[in-house]
Amino acid sequence: MKRTTIFMTGLLAAGIGFSNVAAAQDTIKVGVLHSLSGTMAISETTLKDTVLMMIDDQNKKGGLLGKKLQAVVVDPASNWPLFAEKAAQLLEKDKVAVVFGCWTSVSRKSVLPVFEKDNGLLFYPVQYEGEESSKNVIYTGAAPNQQAIPAVDYLMKEVGVKRWVLEGTDYVYPRTTNKILEAYLHLKGVKPEDISINYTPFGFSDWQTRVAAIKKFGSAGKKTAVVSTINGDANVPFYKELGNQKISAEDIPVVAFSVGEEELSGLDTKPLLGHLAAWNYFESINTPGNKAFINQWHTFIKNPKRTTNDPMEAHYIGFNLWVKAVEKAKSTDVEKVLAALPGLETPNLTGGTAKVLPNHHITKPVYIGEVKGDGQFNVVWKSAGEVPGDAWSDYLPGSKDIEADWVTLKCGNYNKVTKKCSGQNYK
Amino acid sequence: MRYPGSGGWRRLLLLPALWSIGLAYAQSPNDAAFLSMLGELREATYSDKAAIAERLGQTGHRSVRAVLTALMEDRLCYRNSDQKIFIVQSADKDPAELVDPLTLKSAGSAPADSLSKIGTNNALRHTLRTVVAHFALSSPDSAVRLEAVRDMLRSLDEPTVALLRERLAVETNAGVKREIETGLALATLDGSDAKARLEAVATLSHSVSQDVRNRLSLLLDKSPDGSFIETDENVRRAAAAAVVKIDQWRSFYSGIETLFFGLSMGSVLVLIAFGLAITFGVMGVINMAHGELMMLGAYTTYAVQMAMPGHIGLSILAAIPAAFVVAGLVGVAMERTIIQHLYGRPLETLLATFGVSLVLQQAVRSIFSAQNRSVVTPDWMSGSLQLNGALAITYNRLYTVIFTMIVFLILLVVLKHTRIGLDIRAVSQNRVMAKAMGIRTEWVDAMTFGLGSGIAGVAGVALSQLTNVGPNLGQSYIIDSFMVVVFGGVGNLWGALIGGMSMGIVNKLLEPYAGAVLAKILVLVGLILFIQTRPRGLFPQAGRAGEDK
Repeated sequence: MKRTTIFMTGLLAAGIGFSNVAAAQDTIKVGVLHSLSGTMAISETTLKDTVLMMIDDQNKKGGLLGKKLQAVVVDPASNWPLFAEKAAQLLEKDKVAVVFGCWTSVSRKSVLPVFEKDNGLLFYPVQYEGEESSKNVIYTGAAPNQQAIPAVDYLMKEVGVKRWVLEGTDYVYPRTTNKILEAYLHLKGVKPEDISINYTPFGFSDWQTRVAAIKKFGSAGKKTAVVSTINGDANVPFYKELGNQKISAEDIPVVAFSVGEEELSGLDTKPLLGHLAAWNYFESINTPGNKAFINQWHTFIKNPKRTTNDPMEAHYIGFNLWVKAVEKAKSTDVEKVLAALPGLETPNLTGGTAKVLPNHHITKPVYIGEVKGDGQFNVVWKSAGEVPGDAWSDYLPGSKDIEADWVTLKCGNYNKVTKKCSGQNYK
Repeated sequence: MRYPGSGGWRRLLLLPALWSIGLAYAQSPNDAAFLSMLGELREATYSDKAAIAERLGQTGHRSVRAVLTALMEDRLCYRNSDQKIFIVQSADKDPAELVDPLTLKSAGSAPADSLSKIGTNNALRHTLRTVVAHFALSSPDSAVRLEAVRDMLRSLDEPTVALLRERLAVETNAGVKREIETGLALATLDGSDAKARLEAVATLSHSVSQDVRNRLSLLLDKSPDGSFIETDENVRRAAAAAVVKIDQWRSFYSGIETLFFGLSMGSVLVLIAFGLAITFGVMGVINMAHGELMMLGAYTTYAVQMAMPGHIGLSILAAIPAAFVVAGLVGVAMERTIIQHLYGRPLETLLATFGVSLVLQQAVRSIFSAQNRSVVTPDWMSGSLQLNGALAITYNRLYTVIFTMIVFLILLVVLKHTRIGLDIRAVSQNRVMAKAMGIRTEWVDAMTFGLGSGIAGVAGVALSQLTNVGPNLGQSYIIDSFMVVVFGGVGNLWGALIGGMSMGIVNKLLEPYAGAVLAKILVLVGLILFIQTRPRGLFPQAGRAGEDK
């Protein structure tokens, strides 16, 4: 009896093994690690659909290396530790060739050890605070020098802003970004009394006192702007209160780094008119590539009212880069693909090209847009050409001397002064 | 043309004479020139557009105000097929109703995608606002005139000053007059006549506006070589005194503002606590689904608004009874099916109602999706009431305070002067005795719970105007409402009122110094310490009924 069981188990295992081999022969598995439930579902579900659309499109073109692509979708449910578990499942059990995923910085930090241990490959599509470069991650979103710094430069030079309110939600991304911005503003000669930094919790809604304080801070006779790293739905009552207290974009403009078309689609944009956002992509930018992408999206999602946004373009770029790298390496092996990636180029949706840099970031154009009445953005400034992503900010004392280079130095955290590579576990 | 008054500034008027409003309607200069100027807007950069707008303003064409207002409001378009410029009636209507920019008469309609908008940016809108303000100065509506003067004060140049002076002579509204005088005094400060400057400072010292204060404090600055910018010592002394005076008034008004912020935050706390004061206070039921009942009220507001498109203001009023009924019915259903079996078992009630709260959340997610819904704020609830240069009260908060008071009064009347109120009080004081007197206590229980739940729904209507309407709305308020009820004293409406208001005010007094998070923690710590010394809250229930709980 016992022997039979063992026999049967062995047979079963062999069968499973066979079927796995058979599957591996004609499909390449692509992992999708985005929250489909919980607080982040609003933003991340769209990205899951974007990856599915890209896979669908690639399969219609005949697949990759003669094989069909197959999506493996998991739901980490906006639960940061669960992100790590699901990542391990994708890499160890499903043996996916690549993963497209994560939104918040805390989820990325959570999966990082898993990707480094299992030598996986992650394409991360969201603008973030920088100060990181992993061998196993390609950062297709903006680093601070591709979003925050140009936005501050625009306000300083084009709008003539002299006084700054750095308003953020209380977590790692706003705090790191504001640290970089504060150092940058000091460097540009802004006095400490002309900078006001404040943090509020996630989902904050009673903005009366804060907005009154901003109004007071802004009425000292110098042009004032608010740099907002407020995340999530706290933005809605914030902008409403700005409107109610009659702070218009003409008096005190607010430039936001986390408010895009998707976030605006659910709310009344009247009080937001003229406020700014800095991104590397806007749906309103009129190029043939962007038009085609929007059409493709509308057809795929079967809803002509859905918007496109910056992280979607980042996934579009990331997916195309991965396809090119696989074709170049003639293999989906992570080591070979990683070796092929630096230097690869693919067109952006808004013109220009995205190029993978040795530090695993990419080149991106920077746009600054003003909110229009219809929830879209009107581009008022654009960078001259693409800006290369800088993993380690030049404006923070700790990271000034650090360089990431996975081509020659083979290190994500190389100190140019001490000439030492500290690995990913910096600090 | 009117040339009121006399003096050297009449000369100034010659230059900006075209600005004048009288002329704008008196004659119609070359339509073709006006049209070609409009046409230039199509291709121009933002700074060019600003220059064109100023030139358009000077043409004095009869429709210039309408055109520039349309440009400012993103309603100026050109037709792709023939590049002709049109004003559209409403920016987001499709098909758009066209208006001819010359005659201002209707010019049919066109699908929205056959038109291209002439874009604006912040700097351009700023310019436009000033230009349009010149025209608005003759509006019959004093509020529009006041707004126009305020817009003009931001960029005072000679033509503007001249125009203001002209208006002052005919202005009848005291508020507008005062604002113009302030503007003229500000302009005088740049003049060379020391005596006039001294008078101007005296006029300005009655203002409480921050801009005036900033301008006055500039008089006290020194130039790089160490000499004062303001040469006359008397003017300097007067300016210094005026700055101190304005600062005193401003800090007084900012104290009032903080107090109002506290009251408005407090009234939200009170409103969300009323329902709980009844269900928890009077009946002793720990209702963890109280927050979700508020959420239902907020979603009812959304649904009513969807059902009445075009009547946003009315829909909010209609939502109040609707939310009361919806949340009240859900409350009665909850009481009849679950809670009535669990009286006297507070832990099980807590768990059961917590379960109900999850069910309600998921139900809303399934029906309306997990995404937040946007409830539109009616116009009469947005903006603020400008009391003076230093103090403005936002309408949505003001209405919340008033609304809370109305709900409070209605509840008082219901509980003290109606039959159901009498029954509720009787049952809560002594259930057995009430039953002996022939009161159907079970029915009263259901009605009491329904009343408390209905009030929670009504609070949800108010919350829909202040925060995001989403499935998690209730969770963010449930703790606060329990805190208010415990602090105010269980089973007491006055306790909820005084408790909530004082918590709001203390919170807002602390917030500027401690920040939003720390202020809330401090209030919570204070509350815990208070409960240690007075376990039954501010207004404990007297007598035996109190002892039982």
